[in-house]
Amino acid sequence: MTIAPPIDLSPRLTSLDPAVFGVPTGREVEWRFAPLDVFSKFFQAIDGAGSVTARGATEFVRNVDVLDLHSSWLPTDRPMAIARSLVQQAVVIDIPKDRVIEDPIMVDLQGSAASCYQHVEVNVGAFSSAVVVLQHDMDRDVCGAIVVTVGDGAKLTMLSVVAGDTNAVHISNWHTTTGRDSAFVGCTVTTGGRAVRISPSVTYRAPGGSAELLGVFLADSEQYLEHRIFVEHEQPHCTSRVTYKGALSGAGAHTVWVGDVLVRRGATGTDTYEMNRNLLLTEGPRADSVPNLELETGDIVGAGHASATGRFDDEQLFYLQARGIPEHQARQLVVRGFFAEVLARLNQGQLRDAMMRLISHRLGLPEQVSTSGFGS
Amino acid sequence: MGSLVITDVYASVTTDEGEFEIIKGVSLTIESGTTHAVMGPNGSGKSTLAYVIAGHPKYRVTSGEITLDGVDVLSMSVDARARAGLFLAMQYPVEVPGVSVSNFLRTSVTAIRGEAPKLRTWVKEMKDAMMALQIDPAFAERNVNEGFSGGEKKRHEILQLSLLSPKFAILDETDSGLDVDALRTVSEGVNAFKQQSDAGVLLITHYTRILQYIKPDFVHVFFDGRIVKSGGADLANALESEGYEQFSPASA
Ligand SMILES: Nc1ncnc2c1ncn2[C@@H]1O[C@H](COP(=O)(O)OP(=O)(O)OP(=O)(O)O)[C@@H](O)[C@H]1O
Ligand SMILES: [Mg+2]
Repeated sequence: MTIAPPIDLSPRLTSLDPAVFGVPTGREVEWRFAPLDVFSKFFQAIDGAGSVTARGATEFVRNVDVLDLHSSWLPTDRPMAIARSLVQQAVVIDIPKDRVIEDPIMVDLQGSAASCYQHVEVNVGAFSSAVVVLQHDMDRDVCGAIVVTVGDGAKLTMLSVVAGDTNAVHISNWHTTTGRDSAFVGCTVTTGGRAVRISPSVTYRAPGGSAELLGVFLADSEQYLEHRIFVEHEQPHCTSRVTYKGALSGAGAHTVWVGDVLVRRGATGTDTYEMNRNLLLTEGPRADSVPNLELETGDIVGAGHASATGRFDDEQLFYLQARGIPEHQARQLVVRGFFAEVLARLNQGQLRDAMMRLISHRLGLPEQVSTSGFGS
Repeated sequence: MGSLVITDVYASVTTDEGEFEIIKGVSLTIESGTTHAVMGPNGSGKSTLAYVIAGHPKYRVTSGEITLDGVDVLSMSVDARARAGLFLAMQYPVEVPGVSVSNFLRTSVTAIRGEAPKLRTWVKEMKDAMMALQIDPAFAERNVNEGFSGGEKKRHEILQLSLLSPKFAILDETDSGLDVDALRTVSEGVNAFKQQSDAGVLLITHYTRILQYIKPDFVHVFFDGRIVKSGGADLANALESEGYEQFSPASA
């Protein structure tokens, strides 16, 4: 485990003006792991950059001109500020209040140029329930925000899928604000791209909100995958659960998981737990895992964190092999099982299976095994 | 008629403190259709012998030979040994998080039989096998051994035995952790397997109670890494009344 620097307790610097934020040098806490040579293209304005839009508008999904966008969200770093000021089209997903939408809303994102800015806004009205899946365009380099507002008493399950066997560079800040007694489940599935940096964050606007942040990631040779979580408890009686698992293989595979959870003085009755586990499948990869919990009040229900990076469990391998299962397949079964524990928390059978298939495919596991017997 | 032949096997384990010899010259021939019980005190090396036959990577065979129907076993990978017809019901079955019993069984049966069983007949076959061992069908969707009680783990091992139908089965303390009813059910499972398949069985146990249900043809006393005495079924009873003390060097 990497030693965590203390969380900066002061309010985060926010601005629409990129000049407010310095150009990252690599000495900053937030950028100390990242390959800046790859990400630096998004530290300056890019000539001829495009925008990300959703393929095929539906009842709930619209592409709008940013000039018509009503958003109170403010960027927290330079790439986001540049993206926010230069993006021309935004994707808006509006779920009216009191609607229960069972079928997942699939949002196939598509960039208009080799490098693109992105702004996705999701609003779920009070007492509504919806499932939204963002499928990112991995043929383009993308930088931008996903801004989610979950209304009072509303439920949102959302997936952000960054998968595709490409060399794309991807940076996204995924900020969610939850309402009173609302329930948010946000899951990142990250397998693709040359360098990916995803920053999911949650704030609670009112008491009683719950947030479950899930993530699975698979890094292969020369891939850099970073997940930087920030949960800020300011309201009483809110819960957060962060469960991230990663598997790494091959030389130069590097993953970074940072889990900052901050419980402010007024957030009494908070219940929070964060966990990251990484599985090293071969020699060579590097997994950084930095959980960090700051409590400004002791008047809480529970708070904890766990982080572990380990090698393959040889006993599991032996057990499976002793039942005739060849080593290669046994390894894949164990890795699949490792991720299944996270995806099982997605109370969405169809999506869970789809994500498991995506992972199995990435692991080179035959479909027939992956579909039989997973889940119910 | 086949046989599992163990000839003068020595095996050791390497720990931080160095290399330790655990198996110190074991020879044993198991013909198919026969049942051999191996009894011995804690720590005498019974499980290690079972692991060595199955090919656990932790143990190194320093000399000796093991053949299955004349074919060298020691050069085979763990999975190849299983496919060749060896089965080990483990004393401490391993939890495999996130892998359901049904997926595991199907994958394993596919590997052993060389082709995937037909889905429709497979589901029935699995359910029937579970029913025979009084395993709740709900276990099919649970993760392998995760949260299973000691007895449930043992039944699950015997469930695999009946589905995989090996040529030679090693049952390592399958009786421990079972209450009387469960012991009877599990023993019936083992006996049914023996009848159907004419397999050879190596039964490792501490106690004679399982031998009332599964009748051994031979009993071997295991002590400090080797077989110190062999006999018929009646040897087990002598052990029960006299204990293993008589075999310790101190009492010799
Ligand atoms: N992986 C290992 N590392 C270190 N020592 C080991 C290892 N495996 C076995 N041993 C030692 O070898 C000896 C034999 O162990 P084994 O488990 O084979 O005994 P056993 O006869 O099966 O005992 P029990 O009746 O308790 O099951 C013990 O002293 C044990 O501590
Ligand atoms: Mg033992």
